[in-house]
Amino acid sequence: MSAPPPAPKLPVSLVANLKLSSWVRFIGEGRVAILPGKVEIGQGIVTALAQIAADELDVEITRIEMIRASTATSPNEGVTSGSLSIQQSGRALRHACAEVRQRFLAAASERLGVDAALLGVEDGTISGPGNVRTSYWELSDAVSLDHDATAGTVAKSAAARSVAGHSVQRVDVPDKVFARPRFIQDLALPGLVHGRVLRPDISRARLTTLDEAAARAVSGLLAIVRDGGFAGVVADSEAAAEAALKALRKGATWSAGETLPDENDLTDFLRSQPVETTIIDTRTAAAANATRTLRRQYTRPYIAHASIAPSCAIAQWDGDRVRVWTHSQGVYLLRADLAIVLKLPPDRIVVEHMESAGCYGHNAADDVALDTVLLAKAAGGRPVRVQWSRHDEMAHAPFGAAMAIEIEADLDADNEIVGWRHAIWSNGHTARPGRAAQPALLAASEITNPYPRMISTNPPPANGGGADRNAVPLYDLPAWTITSHRLLTMPVRTSSLRTLGAQGNVFAIESQLDEVAALRGEDPIAFRLRHLRDERAKDVIRAVARRAGWKPARQTGTGYGVGFARYKNMGAYCAAIAEIEGADDIRVKRLTLAVDVGEAINPDGVINQIEGGAIQATSWVLKERVRFDRAHITSTSWTDYPILTFSEVPAVDVEIIQRPDIEPVGAGEAAHGPVTAAIANAVFDCLGVRIRDLPITRDRIIAAMELAS
Amino acid sequence: MSTIQFKLNGAAVSVDVDPDQTLLNVLRGQFGITSPHFGCGAGECGACHVMVGDRAMASCDMPMWSVADKAIVTLEGLGTAEQPHPLQRAFITEQAMQCGYCVSGILISAAALLARNPSPTEAEVKTALDRNLCRCGSHNRMVRAVLRAASEMATS
Repeated sequence: MSAPPPAPKLPVSLVANLKLSSWVRFIGEGRVAILPGKVEIGQGIVTALAQIAADELDVEITRIEMIRASTATSPNEGVTSGSLSIQQSGRALRHACAEVRQRFLAAASERLGVDAALLGVEDGTISGPGNVRTSYWELSDAVSLDHDATAGTVAKSAAARSVAGHSVQRVDVPDKVFARPRFIQDLALPGLVHGRVLRPDISRARLTTLDEAAARAVSGLLAIVRDGGFAGVVADSEAAAEAALKALRKGATWSAGETLPDENDLTDFLRSQPVETTIIDTRTAAAANATRTLRRQYTRPYIAHASIAPSCAIAQWDGDRVRVWTHSQGVYLLRADLAIVLKLPPDRIVVEHMESAGCYGHNAADDVALDTVLLAKAAGGRPVRVQWSRHDEMAHAPFGAAMAIEIEADLDADNEIVGWRHAIWSNGHTARPGRAAQPALLAASEITNPYPRMISTNPPPANGGGADRNAVPLYDLPAWTITSHRLLTMPVRTSSLRTLGAQGNVFAIESQLDEVAALRGEDPIAFRLRHLRDERAKDVIRAVARRAGWKPARQTGTGYGVGFARYKNMGAYCAAIAEIEGADDIRVKRLTLAVDVGEAINPDGVINQIEGGAIQATSWVLKERVRFDRAHITSTSWTDYPILTFSEVPAVDVEIIQRPDIEPVGAGEAAHGPVTAAIANAVFDCLGVRIRDLPITRDRIIAAMELAS
Repeated sequence: MSTIQFKLNGAAVSVDVDPDQTLLNVLRGQFGITSPHFGCGAGECGACHVMVGDRAMASCDMPMWSVADKAIVTLEGLGTAEQPHPLQRAFITEQAMQCGYCVSGILISAAALLARNPSPTEAEVKTALDRNLCRCGSHNRMVRAVLRAASEMATS
């Protein structure tokens, strides 16, 4: 007897928000409101979700109004992160819209007296044989969407979709080229006033005394707010707020702060702290004949999110209720932390999303929201807008965690890998708000009765892990042990940066494999293909090799390298080939990538994400490193924290392997690890030295070449 | 305070202002012009670029006294949805952005480039945009968009 087929399951976001009306509403004048819980951070998600909805409902995409996430109106989808929005919001909307369409067809069938199976929908108009017709909007009073979604609804087959799978133009782009306000920074509210917050130059110094006299004399000042170590100003213009802050800073004295690590010996720091050790995965094999062990250590520095916009928020109090406009990636999670700090029930707080510049993870978006709420208390009910300075964004926002990674590869007499140990020392890679009993927001650690600074943790491996993300090889090695040592101290504040630990781990694994392949004299692509069982993995590697003409003839001053990963070992597949040129100073000339995200809802959107990820990764690899002395973060300007410029950007060529019948996954974090490794491996191909410490700078190349000679 | 007169997107304007105040703060605070964005306050990122005469310049560290009698053009003055500048059309065609926060400043830098060099090479476009930072990695799309606009302007 065969087992009964498993009961159909609802997508996770739909399980958490069952009401169809929380996702879809028909509004007047032939419009459809779609309410995702995920937010636009420049990745084009709002367009991709609109495409999915348009397809399942059979309406033109222009009829769709995408509603910004708000705790007042939106389904709770947690945080927009981890390349999960297409998986979570996309699947939920696809299912919800398909079910909504079915309900309307049933109602139309009843009203028109025609079998539902004979009815069709075209741009919201429902029609059938005998020229009968009605529409979603005509029926919307008769069809309640205040019903829970039910399992079993079948969405359209891939072949029946006409919008998803096509490169539709993004819905937000026209506003941005025609200067129509869309960003939180540009929101005009009646009576808007401006706030600024006083933060120390010395890392983790606490405000001890504050002479407010000079700030009080600034014309336009409305209030000075002080709550323990938290202080700020509210004024009637940005200029007045900045002048008042400058005056306030002169009247401030600070405690000594906390000592920072030695930035020139990060490995020693990372490997000498108290840690919590977790065995992430082991695979055992029969004893093998290892004849030698290749032991290598890789590091990556702290990396800044370095958003082009310093973080910004607006808040307005009305009695004991507060409304907050934010570019946080999680409106409900931010609200949970605000409720803890304000000691208010969450239903007194409305948090709504507005776009800002790309954040690439957990930057100061949430921190500035609390700052603003605290300052707005003194504004007599007027809305207050707070924008951080460039300095504070680069000094006080969380950074991506530094990592030390040691890989030991046991090799047999033929230099085949018979054992593999991968150990990571790193701070945790997330300290997002809304997930703990204590708040994660900066000002919460500054106010009277401060909360302790939250020490970063790692998401569990089932969610892709944190420091250990992509540390388990996708390659079929006979035995391995993967270990993560999470630091229990955190002198440099860290939280989620795009890919969490995956960039560091993929860099390490792919560098080590490249080295083993070179020891064997084996082509690095052939070596990888020989160790992979997953056909989709092999397909992206073969595709990128074909597209880049692997391997071009060797020329002096030019090098080629390859890198591969499946993001989180369960997301997008991506393979990259880097072409570099240079001697002691290298230039990345071209990146060729192949990617498989399953069904690509918006192929140009996927290409845009992969291109962007590839270029950002190039910037990380060649230039980026948070700088500090023992007391201050010193990389607080674009001069001190340079990123890749237009003239330095490589050509990027992307091929998508379309798999319309496979559930879609996100593309935003797929490229970073493979590109990092591809560049490092190309440096070896070009110069014969392996750089195992990021960033790959002129100084490091010269040092490596001196060591080699 | 002093009275400073200048041209803003083709119209003569006058403002009573502290002459050391920045043009960016005055545009955003007193004229409701939101396209130039604050990025760094030090003229290092280009998010606040406006045209001053025929040159793209940072407005975040430009004192108002230096603006007197100058012609300032912001993205609001470059074109509209009804009558777009070729650059605006090209940025839509090429989908030349991710978040778009830097785009206003980049369109201004590109417009200044095309005004003085109507048929730039790819390298010239990149050089002209080197004072603008993009963190999302949309550079290549933007360069393609500028070249597209240039060729469209040459044939029209």
